[in-house]
Amino acid sequence: MPETEEAQRTAVDLDRDYVREVFRAMLRSRLLENKLSSLYKAGKIVGGVYLGKGQEAVSASLGASLIKGRDIFAPLIRDQAGRTAFGEPLIDCTRTYLGSVLGPMRGRDGNIHRGRPLDGMPAMISHLGAAVSVVGGMLIARRLKGELAGVVGATCVGDGATSTGAFHEGLNMAAVERLPMVVVVGNNQFAYSTPTDRQFACEDLLDRAKGYGVGGHSVDGTDLLACTRVIGNAVKLAREGNGPQMVVARLLRLSGHGEHDDGSYVPPVLKDSQLGRDCIETGIVQMIETGFATVEEIERWKRDFTDEVQAAVAQAQQEPTPDPWDEDWRALSTQTGGGI
Amino acid sequence: MSVTYVDAIREAQEKLLREDPRVFLYGQDISKFGGAFKATKGLAEEFPGRVLDSPISEDAMIGMAVGAAIEGMRPIIEMQFADFSSIAFNQIVNQAATHFYRTGVPVPLTVRLPSGGTPGSGPFHSQSMEALYAHYPGLIVVTPATVSDAYHMLLDAVALDDPVVYCEHKFLYRWLKAPRINGDQLPIGKARITRPGKHATVVAYSAMVHEAVRAADRLKEQGGWEIEVVDLRSVKPLDIDTVLASVARTGRLLALGEAFPWGGVTAEVVSRVCADGFHLLDAPPRRLNSRDTPVPYHPKLWAAHRPTPETICIALRELLSF
Repeated sequence: MPETEEAQRTAVDLDRDYVREVFRAMLRSRLLENKLSSLYKAGKIVGGVYLGKGQEAVSASLGASLIKGRDIFAPLIRDQAGRTAFGEPLIDCTRTYLGSVLGPMRGRDGNIHRGRPLDGMPAMISHLGAAVSVVGGMLIARRLKGELAGVVGATCVGDGATSTGAFHEGLNMAAVERLPMVVVVGNNQFAYSTPTDRQFACEDLLDRAKGYGVGGHSVDGTDLLACTRVIGNAVKLAREGNGPQMVVARLLRLSGHGEHDDGSYVPPVLKDSQLGRDCIETGIVQMIETGFATVEEIERWKRDFTDEVQAAVAQAQQEPTPDPWDEDWRALSTQTGGGI
Repeated sequence: MSVTYVDAIREAQEKLLREDPRVFLYGQDISKFGGAFKATKGLAEEFPGRVLDSPISEDAMIGMAVGAAIEGMRPIIEMQFADFSSIAFNQIVNQAATHFYRTGVPVPLTVRLPSGGTPGSGPFHSQSMEALYAHYPGLIVVTPATVSDAYHMLLDAVALDDPVVYCEHKFLYRWLKAPRINGDQLPIGKARITRPGKHATVVAYSAMVHEAVRAADRLKEQGGWEIEVVDLRSVKPLDIDTVLASVARTGRLLALGEAFPWGGVTAEVVSRVCADGFHLLDAPPRRLNSRDTPVPYHPKLWAAHRPTPETICIALRELLSF
């Protein structure tokens, strides 16, 4: 099995602790998202639920290679695993989805539109590609403050976001400024329902890296070990002063666009292809084959994370939701005496 | 010696760069070239590494500013022309304007918009965008009309913790001069009575304040009318109290603006006066704006597209004769 050979070959040059961290974040994320899906289907979540199913290896490999408290990570819609790996507590997720006033968004924004900007994690807006320049600005600020050494800023987008002007402007600006930025493109074959042949005409999105003058890396996004190696290396290159790095990960979205969407437009032939592999399943095999984790450990992690998820959901469900009477209804931090 | 409006903008930025290490400037051609209007002339040399040329990427310029503001900086972004901020519209109204409400983290950034018409500039270098930005919660929108306001309001804008859209009028850049920068230093959010009067109130902002004063001078000469001119200074927040107090004195209102006629600042002023000061009015309030076409290129067409002292006088005579 090629999987086995790959696993044995890379086990030598991979950091065991890093891979374990990535895998644990993947598992934690999947179990959390399964629960979110159930809550949505039970009518317990208002608004959309957007999952990163099938993209956990990519997202977590990025999140776990960043340094909490120093680096910057701007997650997008399918980055629960990356958020978890970057250190976002599960309770931030459940509070935001369930509208707890104690969460970071306090019911003012929901689901995946959450962040802690002062902890290096901006809150995404729905307009795709818009975070690339925000991360660029955070890095430029660090440079102006003389605090850029050893810092990396990273963000994720999908194949659809690469078609936006914001993505182009942001990545071009980062390249001009030679910022230590990593942009991970999760090419999951569909932007909502639109296949890649209606999204771009170049042979491979990776070709664009040369056009922007940034480093380019390609990876099988369903392969845990490959993701840790390639994405970990891209982060390392950015950190060492080699300018922006773009990683294009090939995979398939293993859910609908959101849980309201059954994704029936995804052809079965794609689901049965290499792209359609579930990175959690291949990851379990790889973890065991490399000896990075035992079957018993993985089972224990699953139990522990299931308990954590249950606790985070239960806690958020008991917490107060926003009260329109207590809401201050102010969009400005400046006091304007009620005048608008 | 005198100071022009654009000198005041340059000097405010120089003072900010000198006194506040959090301030930096980002925009097209603003570094060694000194900007399309020379509002940053010499600043790149004086403050190395803090006056940065951007690519032609208005969206990324504002996204960058939001990121830098999160990190504690005070970026000033120069749009080369207000018209091009349409490319940055998403980052301004969705990223910057929503940030504090959503996350509780303010994003102190200032976007300078060289606004308004000048002869020969045509449809894409003449627009007044203030109403679009004022529509969105989470932004402060200022429109200085005097040399001293251009200076002090830019300092104030950068001091605020929120995103500020600073609309500077290109027609005033070199035409408007003052012996020195002084001024009453009214805060942002306070309007000013530019010229006291008792027969009618003209509420204006930016370059139209000067056209209103010209019209008021003519009506004084021609009929002894005393027209009060109120300079809004900031269109958001809008100082409706000063406007209502003026209308209480005069009983008549003309809302004057250079922007397009559908909606906008003049409609907002009239609507608020009608709602809160209907009993103060002796005549139906009037609005005067540009014509409802793109801003034309030819100086003859341009001069007839925007309100002029002549058209303002006509509107005022109709208002006074009701």
